[in-house]
Amino acid sequence: MSTTFDKVAEIIAETCDIPRENIKPESHAINDLEIDSLDFLDIAFAIDKAFGIKLPLEQWTQEVNDGKATTDQYFVLKNLCERIDELIAAKGA
Amino acid sequence: MRLEYFQMIDRFVDVNVGERVARAICTVPLQSPVFEGHFPGYPLMPGVLLIECMAQTTGWLVSALTGFTGLPALAGVKEGKIRNAVFPGDQLEFEGKVIHEGSGYAIGEAKGWCKGAAICDATLTYRIIPYPSPELRAGLWEWAERINFPAKEFAK
Repeated sequence: MSTTFDKVAEIIAETCDIPRENIKPESHAINDLEIDSLDFLDIAFAIDKAFGIKLPLEQWTQEVNDGKATTDQYFVLKNLCERIDELIAAKGA
Repeated sequence: MRLEYFQMIDRFVDVNVGERVARAICTVPLQSPVFEGHFPGYPLMPGVLLIECMAQTTGWLVSALTGFTGLPALAGVKEGKIRNAVFPGDQLEFEGKVIHEGSGYAIGEAKGWCKGAAICDATLTYRIIPYPSPELRAGLWEWAERINFPAKEFAK
């Protein structure tokens, strides 16, 4: 978990020019770090490449729009890292 | 090149969806209102329109990869470089590659040449958005046929 978070935090810091120390597991990418949707595409690209996965952004967006999920589930970084770990595990299964 | 209609590509000469690469050609028109303003007495193809040529070449390829289920809207241009001047009458060639298909987005790399010399290159980000009107999607097939893009082969 810490390895995934460290890598994600590094990607966010580099992509969005946010000081690394401001990026916490509890940070919400949109509400706290103020990452907009275009910057999040760059982050998704970097995460996809770094972990060899495909973040299901369309599915997540649909779930949030349909009220089946909250943005916290996908955009609070510790939760995002859990989703990434699940995708990595599913890839290896 | 239908410059005033922003339809930059004359013809695709190679579309390899499996390899995620497409090549297209176009000829800059000899006359256009664009050149009356850019620049008076010195007609020069605007660099931003070379970016558009690359975006359209790669955009058609993104459309094919997604089965024409959404419109690839240009969302980002990184490392965009205009390396040489392009003038009315020049014949141009563009190559677009898709280097990553994400969920709801794609990343491409594109280049352009004139008489064998590099004129431009860029990394392009596309958001895949639902077609905003049925007329737009319906009109794609005729447009694709005109520019020799095998769209119907890939339409879902």
